[in-house]
Amino acid sequence: MTEALALSPQRLRHAYRQMKLIRDFEERLHVEIATGEIPGFTHLYAGQEAVAVGVCEQLGDADYIVSTHRGHGHCIAKGCDVLGMMKEIYGRRDGLCKGKGGSMHIADMTKGMLGANAIVGGGPPIAVGAAIACKIRGNRNVSVAFGGDGSANQGTVFEAMNMAVVLKVPAIFVMENNGYSEHTGAAYAIGSCDLAGRARGFGMPAECIDGADFFAVYDAMGRAVERAHRGEGPSTIEAAITRFYGHFEGDPQNYRAKDEVARHRESMDCLKRFRARAEADRLVAASDLDAIDAEVAELIDRSVREARAAPPPVEADLYTDVYIQY
Amino acid sequence: MPQLSMRDALNQALHQEMARDERVIVLGEDVSGGAGGSSGEREASGGIFGVTKGLLPRFGEQRVIDTPISESAIIGAAAGAALAGLRPVAELMFADFVGVCLDQIYNQIAKFRYMFGGRSTCPVVIRMAMGAGMNMGPQHSQSIYAMLTAVPGLKVVVPSNARDAKGLLIEAIRDDDPVAFFEHKALYPRKGEVPEEAYTIPFGEAALVREGEDVTVVALARMVSFAEKAIDALAKEGISCDLIDPRTTSPLDIDTIVESVEGTGRLVIVDESPPRGSFAADVASMVAERAFGALKRPIIQVTPPHTPVPFAPALERLYVPGPPRIEAAIRQALAQAA
Repeated sequence: MTEALALSPQRLRHAYRQMKLIRDFEERLHVEIATGEIPGFTHLYAGQEAVAVGVCEQLGDADYIVSTHRGHGHCIAKGCDVLGMMKEIYGRRDGLCKGKGGSMHIADMTKGMLGANAIVGGGPPIAVGAAIACKIRGNRNVSVAFGGDGSANQGTVFEAMNMAVVLKVPAIFVMENNGYSEHTGAAYAIGSCDLAGRARGFGMPAECIDGADFFAVYDAMGRAVERAHRGEGPSTIEAAITRFYGHFEGDPQNYRAKDEVARHRESMDCLKRFRARAEADRLVAASDLDAIDAEVAELIDRSVREARAAPPPVEADLYTDVYIQY
Repeated sequence: MPQLSMRDALNQALHQEMARDERVIVLGEDVSGGAGGSSGEREASGGIFGVTKGLLPRFGEQRVIDTPISESAIIGAAAGAALAGLRPVAELMFADFVGVCLDQIYNQIAKFRYMFGGRSTCPVVIRMAMGAGMNMGPQHSQSIYAMLTAVPGLKVVVPSNARDAKGLLIEAIRDDDPVAFFEHKALYPRKGEVPEEAYTIPFGEAALVREGEDVTVVALARMVSFAEKAIDALAKEGISCDLIDPRTTSPLDIDTIVESVEGTGRLVIVDESPPRGSFAADVASMVAERAFGALKRPIIQVTPPHTPVPFAPALERLYVPGPPRIEAAIRQALAQAA
């Protein structure tokens, strides 16, 4: 296994770009949603980028992920087209899902992205199914279930964990503990305050890591993937992380201390942390990262420009894609 | 032609499809049974109803998967395996257990293709045993096909005999859309002529079980044989009926039903599910919309009462619509208006 610190500058630049792309995508949505032009409601992933990217940098298109309602970051990290994603969020006809799914249902089978999921705890059983397919094909690939501390109180997650252990399938449960189930603190809602311990109770290894540290996430994921490839079955990674915005856009966040987000933006910003590490260890030149910032900003501008100009679906689209044949 | 029980016909379908296509897998509680038991007998049951017998020894543990009692994980796993390119047949044991895993069926499997913009396929078959008549009580006897018929994105199959069951199950496994497949428990031992070779019966094509002129009778699953009894008894009095078995409730062959009603002017619908929001109510409303002018008498629905399925044999006998009630309904349909 190549550890994150030993990755080539090219791979590290790619990881940084993915994180930056997610950050700018979400920060821009925060602005555009306020204009009222984007329908529905949206859950932003900003703050958690290192988890999605640290995990997905260990994966290829033939590996699977199942995401959550807070799914934009997982989609981008797994390689979904940001132009198609932005159009989808605007409800456009040539969005990634033809405007029929929206923010909470972005998927791309060709990238092994089996869908964001608007049901908390809905995804892990599906990830176990994809892991069964991986096992039948010889454990060459893995299947990842992303979930949060909120989903850690859903029975489906535990059914999925137990079944993954029993069937010894290459599933990896990534539990992003951002401290809040919607508006309720994990300190209140998680009886044991120990997500990894719950996973261990099912008979699989589980490690707790700093989710704002790309290098830590990448290495923990590498260990989980290696174990899966050896045919030893599932693992869990609990990543301590924070979200920079509310549960959904428009959430007044009265449940958070006034300075909480500002403090976290100082200490738990994965992009700042990545830059500091890259500089200290001379991994990537700061000017390279600056160039990425500029390129990403341009791409996000373009995605919004194109999404706003793109046509909405037409009446005939209402009736298609329910069945393949009926 | 060989005589097979519906149980053996379904078993034959699974054997043939698993042999034909290695992407077909079977998963569920006790689909082979015996894993981890002290007897060491690896296939201890072959399914609680024996439908999956012999699959494990023939196709192995990778493709015949005994799961824990975790219905959401079973159906969710079937969904994920299907998105990843397999063709899972998940056994839910009793249809009542849909209550434990409804999210995976109606929020996930049924909606993937639409919400992913037509860019996914989820060829899952969910097999489950339904029906009253065996004193299994309120949580093991329900006929809940109407609930799933109401969900866009699902196809719903409700066979009434061994021959249809085999052809419809093979069709379901080969279909690229998700299919809910209901097997009436009382029909498992019922024998009928079943061709040896694999064959399919298309969805949305009703079977005309009896042909007649006076009344159209629509019935599903076990109710088909009850309706046959009633119709055959009335035939001695010179009364003849069309008996239509839709076989699938989604898609539904409403055209065949409407066409028959246009000929007879009288409709009796026999349904084992409770009357509200039911299959019977669904068909009645469609016929009323499309063929109201052809109706000579009000549509009659023969259903259980709006109650759970009772346990006591004395009550369950009253709950299930039997041949005498169907016969009475047909006579009522023929009675002259006062």
